[in-house]
Amino acid sequence: MTDRRSGATAVTEKPKTAFWNDRDVRAVIFQILIVLGVLAVGWYLVHNTLANLEQRKIATGFSFLGREAGFSIGESLIPYSAADTYLHAIWVGIINTLLVSVIGIALATVLGTVIGVARLSTNWLVARLASVYVEGLRNIPLLLQLFFWYSLVSEALPPVRQALKLVPDYVFLSQKGLRVPHIVDHAIYGWMGLLVLVGIIGAFLWRRAAARHQEATGKLRPVFWPTVGLLIGPAALLWLVTGAPLTLEKPELRGFDFRGGGTLSPEMIALLIGLVTYTASFIAENVRAGILSVPKGQWEASRALGLPNGRALRLIILPQALRVIVPPMTSQYLNLTKNSSLAVAIGYPDLVSILNTTINQTGQGIEGVALIMAAYLTVSLSISAFMNWYNKRIALIER
Amino acid sequence: MSVQTTSAPIEKPPVTEVGVIGWLRANLFNSPFNSVLTIACFALIVYILQAILPWALFKAVWSGTPKDCQVEGVGACWAVVSEKNRFTLFGRYTYDEQWRPAVAILLFLGLIGLSCFRRFWGKALIWAWVSQVFIWAILMWGGVLGLKFVSHEQWGGLPLTLMMSVVAIVVAYPIGIVLALGRRSDMPVARSLCVAYIELIRGVPLISVLFMASVMIPLFFPEGVTVDKLLRAQIGFTMFLAAYLAEVVRAGLQAIPKGQYEAADALGLGYWAKMRLIVLPQALRLVIPPMVNSFISTFKDTSLVIIIGLVDLLNAGKIAVNDPPWRSFYVEMYVYIALIYFAFCFTMSKFSQRLERDLSKATSR
Repeated sequence: MTDRRSGATAVTEKPKTAFWNDRDVRAVIFQILIVLGVLAVGWYLVHNTLANLEQRKIATGFSFLGREAGFSIGESLIPYSAADTYLHAIWVGIINTLLVSVIGIALATVLGTVIGVARLSTNWLVARLASVYVEGLRNIPLLLQLFFWYSLVSEALPPVRQALKLVPDYVFLSQKGLRVPHIVDHAIYGWMGLLVLVGIIGAFLWRRAAARHQEATGKLRPVFWPTVGLLIGPAALLWLVTGAPLTLEKPELRGFDFRGGGTLSPEMIALLIGLVTYTASFIAENVRAGILSVPKGQWEASRALGLPNGRALRLIILPQALRVIVPPMTSQYLNLTKNSSLAVAIGYPDLVSILNTTINQTGQGIEGVALIMAAYLTVSLSISAFMNWYNKRIALIER
Repeated sequence: MSVQTTSAPIEKPPVTEVGVIGWLRANLFNSPFNSVLTIACFALIVYILQAILPWALFKAVWSGTPKDCQVEGVGACWAVVSEKNRFTLFGRYTYDEQWRPAVAILLFLGLIGLSCFRRFWGKALIWAWVSQVFIWAILMWGGVLGLKFVSHEQWGGLPLTLMMSVVAIVVAYPIGIVLALGRRSDMPVARSLCVAYIELIRGVPLISVLFMASVMIPLFFPEGVTVDKLLRAQIGFTMFLAAYLAEVVRAGLQAIPKGQYEAADALGLGYWAKMRLIVLPQALRLVIPPMVNSFISTFKDTSLVIIIGLVDLLNAGKIAVNDPPWRSFYVEMYVYIALIYFAFCFTMSKFSQRLERDLSKATSR
């Protein structure tokens, strides 16, 4: 609108009006009033807050971060004890939030895509089942679903001593969560990781060379199997050559609990099941809309070219569907990340839960809430930045 | 050479192409892969039903005491639902006065029903919704017209859930419109303030907004002014919803062709007249379906107030099954509450889908 008006003023002489009727003057006055209003309200709130804080003898500032937290945290990827600082506890919370979000996003994308495609199946029963899933899950509050899963995991499952043996001797499921074997670290694992990294670069170069070769000669070179080979081949070779070292630390029942192995806590399991199944119902709808948005003629054209169904989907349909799918998918990823904060209700120590404990102990509500907001804004902005970059990459380039 | 004089008898299509068999062949067994899928799905359904049906229906206990439910071999204990129904629905509301929230709910359902018919859409309906808020206040609080006063600290259950969503929508709606207009305004200060507000609120989880409301609002007001827990939650909730509605409205504003703005300018309308008479009516009409979706998520999101200790529908149900003799029947209670939420949300979502079809029909003609 701005340019239109400036364009107009350039052509015609500005008519003489009283200054209070001039739009530009009015806009300036209006904005000054807004700023004054915001400042006045802000000053009033800050003034009251400072007075209240002083009266309640609450210190302001972030110095509490360096003090000893004094509470224990149920699960953590990094070492933590109650003697550590608040800052360290919050860091544990951030890592827990990120862990749940990353696993959740990956699983929800897979499940959502499968269900979205299933809703479009020509098989009536499959399509119906998928719609029942979608309608059922997205019309019930996530919190209720989380309570449900949590109760189910922590009460309906057998106690530790009668744990379900999902894989006898290796994987156990009980009220205390899922117990899995732990791989004992070995010196060559680091080298294997390095080889996988090299493999990724190699696969990338091979794909680029193959694409160039196709553009130059029109001949297809195999891409899929060489990629797989490059990715895992060298690492697997090294592993085999060094005598396939693999020591699993099996979980063993001793006394009242398992020793050894790794655990997925009941809270984490309930949170993941809830988040993944709930978000998948929304992702399924995005995927369905995306695939439906590709005109039928594109399928027909790719069949006319003689492309098999799988390749038609991968080369013709999906690239077009993704343009419709990616932007709403971004919001679903953000929603999942934000919804993971419901963990506080079932006791998984995520960022919000830990900061809530911190606020209750120190009384520093403002700083605590500010930290929550800052952390989530950082995560949200990074996810949207990444998805926007990806979106731009796959967006329609019109010639 | 003979000429055939009678036409060939009309052959019926083969039985495998029509009727039940034809339908089955076309929809369930049209390729080997689909046949396998069908059989797998069928097995899955049978498996789920044989696991759930005896528990939920055949062996269920429908009324009685916890003792009746703890007998070996019985299924679901729906008795917990009938026993705790009034607490779940109305929370700690004075027992003898619970007809009042019941009337309030019925009133709400009636109004929702009316709103679903487009022939009732008009100014009257808006006023009905606004006045409903006041009627609710009178019914719930009482203290006038001979109704006994019931403090809002005792409110709970379904009326609380409904009320929080309706008040949030009614209050957040105008705020959302102002924010959306601000975001599209060409005044830099107003625009950046609106963008900052919308992005800040949308970037953080609702829980943190609720925490902020419950922790910080008491600090904002001078000594002696106490803001009630319910009101704090309501403020946090409304702030949150306003940011989301603003984006919905913005989408509507963006969809209005530039020509409409120009035509309004050409008529010599000022900014507010242009928006009120030309742009907003069209924009808001366009975004009715996403707005219904916002309403659905708001309705579901009210369940989060459990975290700051309000007794909404979900929390009332949770408290009800905390009663020791009924403790082991949480699944039944959760299923019951889920069904209530589902009934509301599914109806609204079907309505919004139908509306979307109707509206797109109207515009594509």
